[in-house]
Amino acid sequence: MTSHAYAVPGAPTTTAPEATGAPPAAGATAGLSPHPPAGPAGRSGAARRSGAFATPAARRRWWLTYLAVTGLAVCFAVGLLVWKNPMPPGTRGFWLIAERRLDAIVAMIVVAVCQALATVAFQTATSNRIITPSIMGFESLYRAIQTATIFFFGATGLTATRTAPMFALRLALMVGLSLLLYSWLLTGGTRNLYSMLLIGIVIGSGLGSVTTFMQRLLTPSEFDLLSARLFGSIANADSDYYPIAIPLVVVCAAALLAYSRRLNVLALGRDTATTLGLNHTRATIGVLVLVSVLMATSTALVGPMTFLGFLVATLSYQLSGTYDHRYLFPMATSLGLLVLTGAYFIMRHVFYAQGVVSIIIELVGGSVFLAVVLRKGRL
Amino acid sequence: MVVLALLGLSLATGQYSILSHADGWEMFRNVRVPRTLALVLAGAAMSMSGLVMQLITQNRFVEPTTTGTTEWAGLGLLAVMVVFPRASVLGRMAGAVTAAFLGTMVFFLLLRRVSLRSSLLVPIIGMMLGAVVSAVSTFVALQTDMLQSLGVWFQGSFTSVYRGQYEVLWIVVAVVAAIFYYADHLTAVGLGEDVATNIGVDYRRTVLIGTGLVAVATGTVTVVVGSLPFLGLIVPNLVSMRRGDDLRSNLPWVCLVGIALVTACDLLARTIIAPFEIPVAVVLGLVGAAVFIALIIRQTRRG
Repeated sequence: MTSHAYAVPGAPTTTAPEATGAPPAAGATAGLSPHPPAGPAGRSGAARRSGAFATPAARRRWWLTYLAVTGLAVCFAVGLLVWKNPMPPGTRGFWLIAERRLDAIVAMIVVAVCQALATVAFQTATSNRIITPSIMGFESLYRAIQTATIFFFGATGLTATRTAPMFALRLALMVGLSLLLYSWLLTGGTRNLYSMLLIGIVIGSGLGSVTTFMQRLLTPSEFDLLSARLFGSIANADSDYYPIAIPLVVVCAAALLAYSRRLNVLALGRDTATTLGLNHTRATIGVLVLVSVLMATSTALVGPMTFLGFLVATLSYQLSGTYDHRYLFPMATSLGLLVLTGAYFIMRHVFYAQGVVSIIIELVGGSVFLAVVLRKGRL
Repeated sequence: MVVLALLGLSLATGQYSILSHADGWEMFRNVRVPRTLALVLAGAAMSMSGLVMQLITQNRFVEPTTTGTTEWAGLGLLAVMVVFPRASVLGRMAGAVTAAFLGTMVFFLLLRRVSLRSSLLVPIIGMMLGAVVSAVSTFVALQTDMLQSLGVWFQGSFTSVYRGQYEVLWIVVAVVAAIFYYADHLTAVGLGEDVATNIGVDYRRTVLIGTGLVAVATGTVTVVVGSLPFLGLIVPNLVSMRRGDDLRSNLPWVCLVGIALVTACDLLARTIIAPFEIPVAVVLGLVGAAVFIALIIRQTRRG
């Protein structure tokens, strides 16, 4: 139970690289990806006991990679803000346009934080680096809600429901569904994580068949409107949602970061964790609840992104070379941001095809998934 | 008997009154009979595919929808439609069957290379694989403006089955016959590679043949009817719960129960909101999901 002994600097502290690189308005949100290891516990502790890295060189490499990834992400973000801005820099019009684009950057940051933290934590809790939390019915529920809206209220209904209360309702529904599943895990006769997962997926596919049916009855024009909404896209995010989404994400992310030492123990497996004095079931449930809130927020904000989290988490394990969640989390977050900003920047300014960004991320993530499964040969 | 009664009911159900119209008989021959035949063929084919796949993988939760086979068939179908927009039913089917076969082999390869700690992980991986494949399909469909028709295809429904549309399904009869022929071999495969080899069965060849048969059945049914979710999962499990695992004596039962289930679901789908009808896949999806969950709970209770 070492986790209580140290004051974990989990609270979002604004940190040097991002605060200097990002434009002033992004400063508030840059704190979403804090650097937990900056606390005294991490550094002085490494001298005495075995730390997160085998050698000082590995630690140095982590910091270099992390700074490079974050720097690149910030570059792309700034690029998205100012590149091809039709107004001359510094004028009022310039800032107005930048401000509109900033909304998209904020959405990217929120999504990156949500997906990265949720996937890493979820994979640790399930002690499986292959599955991702996003297959657990969130997406089907999102699709079902969107389709039902246009089915019952028509195209105007879809526009009319783009308000903060509706967003909150969507969020509540998704979190509710997953909590229902978890409470079953906690109280039911079975304590099997996989069976719970599978039930989530199956409920999702049951919902999916209802959704497809409703879609079939739509007129083609309504369907076009809907299909734009069904793919994950930063454009789905509305700044009206931020007052709800951002605090939620900050709280959950902070909680997960504060939990990261316990996650390290959790990663050792059920038996070892119990021996070390951790209530395994309770810790797992706690993590899963946080994960579900994060995933629900991301999905409700921009729509389904099945393999973004997987892609980011896998890359993060490769690049980090450590088991320690205090290092994995920030790395994954920065990578997520890099993937999103990079993909949007390149698609917008090089290929002029920003509509399909999320699908391309899905394809890349999906291929990485297949490659990892086949190469590792182990789950 | 129950099956016969259901089939008779299926023949008799419909909005167009056969007896009171002059051309009733023609209507009957052109629409009702093909539809009922399609129900029989598709039901039998999909439930047997599920059974064969469960034997090959030695996993109770495997069937074409949980291994991505259906998604692969859809991708093949889409590919043919994009490359040859004027392809005949047979051409489309060839595409779907090829893709289904390749996809199923990918999944088996995956299972062989990956050691799984929980039998419940197999369908999870399969469904993720399916998600990857359907992301590819969606991307292609989006680029070629076929998203809604893709949705229509995947929605299993017997609405579009009438004379001249369903005949391809007769291929399934050959598949069913082949499965009957190979029943003993497949049962041996179900005991595992070592046992199968010991008793003189060429394991790899049998697996290949089994996969090929499943691919043909799935591909054909996907092209004509669409996906019938969970059918191959529920039926074999229900049958083997009652009767144990001998494939040869179970086969007729699996066929019959499959036919009965599809017919019952189709009747339900046709009558709930008559004069319209819901795609049978919706009914089947809901029923199937419920049964699937019950199976999972059962499995985990047993440990």
